Amino acid sequence: MTSTVASDRVAPQPASLDTTVVTSWKAPVAFGIFTLVALALAVFAPRPGETTYRLSLPNDVIQLPEVTVPAMPTLWVVVVLLAAATAYSAWLVSSKRRVPLWLVVVYAILFMFGFLTWAGSGSSLPMIGLLFGSLSLAVPLIFGSLAGVIGERAGVVNIAIEGQLLAGAFTAAIVASVTGQPFLGLVAAMVAGMLVGMVLAAFAIKYFVDQVIVGVVLNVLVVGLTSFFFSQVLAPNAALLNTPPRFDRLPIPVLSEIPIIGPVLFRQTVVVYLMYIAVALVYFGLFYTKWGLRVRAVGEHPQAADTVGINVNRTRFWNVALAGAIAGLGGTFFTIGSGIAFNKEMTAGAGFIALAAVIFGQWDPIKATLAALLFGFASNLQNTLSVIGSPVPSEFMLMLPYIVTIFAVAGFVGRSRAPAADGKPYIKS
Amino acid sequence: MSDPHESRGDASRANELDPDVALQEPGAISPETGTATQDGTASGPARDGEGEVPPPSRWHTMLRQIATGNAIISVLAVVLALIVGAIMIAFTDERVQQTAVYFFARPGDTLLAIWDSVSGAYSALFQGSIYNFRRDTFVAGIRPLTETLTFATPLIAGGLGVALAFRVGMFNIGGRGQMLIAASVAGWIAFGFDLPWGIHMFVALIGGLLGGALWAGIAGILKARTGAHEVIVTIMLNYVAFYLVSWMLRTPGLLQAPGSSNPKTSAMKETAIFPDLLGPQFNLHFGFILAIIATIIVWWILSRSSLGFKFRAVGINPNAARVAGINVKGMYVYAMLISGALLGLAGVSQVLGTVTSGFTAGIDAGIGFDAITVALLGRSTPWGTFAAGILFGAFKAGGFSMQAAEGVPIEIVLVVQSLIVLFIAAPPLVRTIFRLPDPNARPKRSRKTDTKEVQAK
Repeated sequence: MTSTVASDRVAPQPASLDTTVVTSWKAPVAFGIFTLVALALAVFAPRPGETTYRLSLPNDVIQLPEVTVPAMPTLWVVVVLLAAATAYSAWLVSSKRRVPLWLVVVYAILFMFGFLTWAGSGSSLPMIGLLFGSLSLAVPLIFGSLAGVIGERAGVVNIAIEGQLLAGAFTAAIVASVTGQPFLGLVAAMVAGMLVGMVLAAFAIKYFVDQVIVGVVLNVLVVGLTSFFFSQVLAPNAALLNTPPRFDRLPIPVLSEIPIIGPVLFRQTVVVYLMYIAVALVYFGLFYTKWGLRVRAVGEHPQAADTVGINVNRTRFWNVALAGAIAGLGGTFFTIGSGIAFNKEMTAGAGFIALAAVIFGQWDPIKATLAALLFGFASNLQNTLSVIGSPVPSEFMLMLPYIVTIFAVAGFVGRSRAPAADGKPYIKS
Repeated sequence: MSDPHESRGDASRANELDPDVALQEPGAISPETGTATQDGTASGPARDGEGEVPPPSRWHTMLRQIATGNAIISVLAVVLALIVGAIMIAFTDERVQQTAVYFFARPGDTLLAIWDSVSGAYSALFQGSIYNFRRDTFVAGIRPLTETLTFATPLIAGGLGVALAFRVGMFNIGGRGQMLIAASVAGWIAFGFDLPWGIHMFVALIGGLLGGALWAGIAGILKARTGAHEVIVTIMLNYVAFYLVSWMLRTPGLLQAPGSSNPKTSAMKETAIFPDLLGPQFNLHFGFILAIIATIIVWWILSRSSLGFKFRAVGINPNAARVAGINVKGMYVYAMLISGALLGLAGVSQVLGTVTSGFTAGIDAGIGFDAITVALLGRSTPWGTFAAGILFGAFKAGGFSMQAAEGVPIEIVLVVQSLIVLFIAAPPLVRTIFRLPDPNARPKRSRKTDTKEVQAK
């Protein structure tokens, strides 16, 4: 399967002898489509009025003034800027240069600004709440995508992220409820996620079962186990077993008073701070340590790794277990992270969105984190817009991350290339 | 491949082996069939062995095949999964927990309680799925079996869809989306139009199949044109379909029942509903016949048609298939279209057969995912999938009565199902547990030629 994907890839463009820059018209085309969408909004669905952005919370030390912009003129300005960005990217590609990542980010922010201004016209948007909620919703996705990145970089497709999140949420709820210690719940969640990861690793690496199949089946198994024990044990003894304490918010003294950034980033719970550390550690570890080199080696070319003395299957096993532990940690967000009792299938597909973030993020921890943040933003935007009364049906907002992922996978946004040995068992000959 | 005669010959040869393939996994090739189903490396060591020692007696060979073959692995996997289920039932039973406190004083009480809870649950499972001995007449007693077949109908159809995609080396996780779209199209035709009896049903059925096929076709075309991984695309399309259908269900004028504020359609018109097969006292409907027909068609496609030959060639080795002149990308699209149509049949049989009083966004009832386990258990062969669908239908029907009669949550069925598939997927594990001989004398090296399609069986 992977081999055909490889051969279907776009052939490199002919280039000068010394450098080969692979360019693709996909980014300008995608830019053009979104610019047309914005233009269509401006032409066919004009919304008169003004949009107010609230940038501070009432009790902040440093108060920023509210920003009010007229909706339609702003949208027109945005459309012009988007068109300019599209033209610039087209010029870059036609002169055989890549479209840089910053242009994509700037384009996305501009588009979102234009869309928000259009959708929120006549009301005021609480930006802090919007961003804070986005980050919170993105927490399990980020942990899950980190797990996916580690697993796939090591050459094992981890479709069981959903199951690992759910197992983490379940055990965290029970252990934290019984002991009253959310930190013990955190540890228990990591152990549970790791166990699911180990089962995946054992079947994928020892028994050569197709990794996607094991992952899917493990998801069903975890859903079945947790739902069974929920109905049979947790529900009758909810007071003892399913009243998890929640982590308190820990504002970081100085940082939390920075306007906008402070309330969004630094007035969070321990789980979120752990997430910052995890992203940094995984990024640094994967690209600047011996561990990371080995992980990438067994995922890209296991035979070469074996030749230089790396035990491929052992490396894979322990990294998939580690990935499971990280995903389990993400699962704590659902119960002790938000102080909610465990419920059946409460992860509701977050693991699959995390998987999408992995691919959208091109198997890179930082990009995957950004993708997860985007997905978190899209789901929270829907919440916010439904409060202020949005012209777009909420279902379409909820659909957005998935459609964006399909576009990303289909390659309109950028080339995403999996690690070469991803999903293939290594059999030493 | 372009020579029809040649492909027909190959297809028929493969067809003879099809029942064997159903029971084969790569590790358990018997010498007779080994050369035909596998490449040379598979049967090589067995041949070498025969040259050195006198051939074993026929009985010995047969016994060995029974002990190492896949039929026994499948049976043992089911047994193992049921044992795990029994342990879970026993551990969470209240009486077992009460008596376990004084286990060392009177162990008999605990054992009795364990026996009661497990046997009670499993006999409820049996009586809810096959035959209810507590009813007086045969007609009333056999009702659970018809329920099993009703539950099995969409599972068989969906399982066939997933299995067909497996055979082409693709993994269709998008059953949920395809079922939802198919159900919406079929439902819309069934309650929104007035057509004569029979024609109405037929049009709704075709509409549903087309809907499912096109929805899956998106993934097929994207895979063929851009190389997008079908697993991701189909997962994403599940959510897109879910939100799309949810939106249509709450928008008046689209799918929502007129005059209602619930996200639900109006009831299907009588002219479009599948007729009951065994009279009104049973739920079994015409969809089951369609599932049987679908099984025959898939069997015919896979083992008798040149299209199926190309499908399997692409599934076993897409590179070799391309070299042989097969349009690999086209096969991906066709396979996804057919797979989607089969999952669409599952969706249609839900709205026109099982839930005819109008549907919500939960009409798929998890069948899209169950279909994957059905196809895996059936080893991606049509009749294996058919049998697996009936087994899982029995689990479902029995699970509900187990929940009602014994208070055992129905989720135990999910656990047992997924364990069955896990155990079947890893024959060495089952062999180790039951200390069966390992037929896998060939070097592990040759496994490298196994593609996903082979392992998926």
